[in-house]
Amino acid sequence: MDYHSPASFAEASALAANATGVTRFLAGGTDVLVQLRSELVTPDTLIDIKKINGVSDITRIADGSWTLGVAATGAEMSEHAELVSDWPGVVEAMDLIGSTQVQGRATLTGNLCNASPAADSVPAMVAAGVTVTVTGPDGTREVAVEDIPTAPGRTSLAKGELISALNIPARGANGGDAYLRFIPRTEMDIAVVGVGVNLRLDGDTIAEARVSLGAVAPTVLLVDECAKAIIGTTLDDAALETLAAAASAACNPINDKRGTVEFRTEVAGVLTKRAAKTAYARAKGEQA
Amino acid sequence: MSKFHVSTTVNGDTVEYLCDPRETLLDCLRDKLNLTGAKEGCGTGDCGACSVTVDGRLVCSCLMLGVEAEGKQIETVEGISDGDVLHPLQKNFIEHAALQCGVCTPGVLVAAKSLLEKNPNPTEEEARYWLAGNLCRCTGYDKIIRAVMDTAAELREAS
Repeated sequence: MDYHSPASFAEASALAANATGVTRFLAGGTDVLVQLRSELVTPDTLIDIKKINGVSDITRIADGSWTLGVAATGAEMSEHAELVSDWPGVVEAMDLIGSTQVQGRATLTGNLCNASPAADSVPAMVAAGVTVTVTGPDGTREVAVEDIPTAPGRTSLAKGELISALNIPARGANGGDAYLRFIPRTEMDIAVVGVGVNLRLDGDTIAEARVSLGAVAPTVLLVDECAKAIIGTTLDDAALETLAAAASAACNPINDKRGTVEFRTEVAGVLTKRAAKTAYARAKGEQA
Repeated sequence: MSKFHVSTTVNGDTVEYLCDPRETLLDCLRDKLNLTGAKEGCGTGDCGACSVTVDGRLVCSCLMLGVEAEGKQIETVEGISDGDVLHPLQKNFIEHAALQCGVCTPGVLVAAKSLLEKNPNPTEEEARYWLAGNLCRCTGYDKIIRAVMDTAAELREAS
């Protein structure tokens, strides 16, 4: 295995473009090193991006949006009071991943590129409208988070491409987001269902919404029918029931030891209602 | 395959080693620096027996490569006592019999010290969540938590 620690994303991209065999990028390593040890994936080329300037930075830019470096850890996000205040759903989703030790290394970008349908941070990012900057041999392009995973363990990134930054929109006024997941115990397990909801209010009425489901299909889903169910409502009981039905209808889950198809489908509806209530309360400033 | 020359700081001492890029920081600490306090329980970041801090951040040393340690400040269980004088956490672990086989203990001590540095006055719930990544198959955790909470109170009184 060749190990490289380039000083720029252009250099990292060139190394990957010219590499033969299996290439992996190393940020927090909480998936890459586990795969290496279990011999699931033994890279021929490992490119550590943490020597690139600014990769751990969490920056709010002038228009109120955020740029996160690809190596910014879950712990660094949770410690960033302004980021937590703007995007509590994104931060709580990331914070659910693993132990204190894992939080010290794990990253949003790694969680996305590992391309697990059960990745906790991904539905929260999709709901929030997060995009990533992708650097490749032909320059950079901006891609929506929902367009990165294509199947379990697979992404739309071409050879020589890597994510070089993560862009979270400006929170703006009267907005709120939330992430909830179901696991069979209290902590540190893989989501059986995950739900991210992000919405904006005009008075008491929902003006904009994005709802995303994890662990109920081969990739994380952005469910337009869920958004339609609550836009224009005050999240009354009727809207919540329509929302739950839309979430359940979008599910195409697997059957496994952690949850049957029926269970995951039902829980998706229940959690979507609860996450929407939390996002709504946060948008009204009634809940942290 | 070429080896990498790594220069890093462990428990305040500058150290150097040569490593294969596939070797973890845990491998390097144990096999090259003879710091065998950190243990390999699972090797996949689940058990916390290999816990160390890197630039003040609690991590699993099995989930970090040895080459990544270049220029970092690493603290292990071996650096917790002041020579032969045990840290209050270590004394309280003995006092409460908060260990049996001892495999998890170095990781628990490193993690607990990291908690108390960040939060000198944790609630029991905060302590339990913080230490949730350190698995113990002997004591059932109660004694560990009591030792940590007593140490926190002791350190607050002393400061």
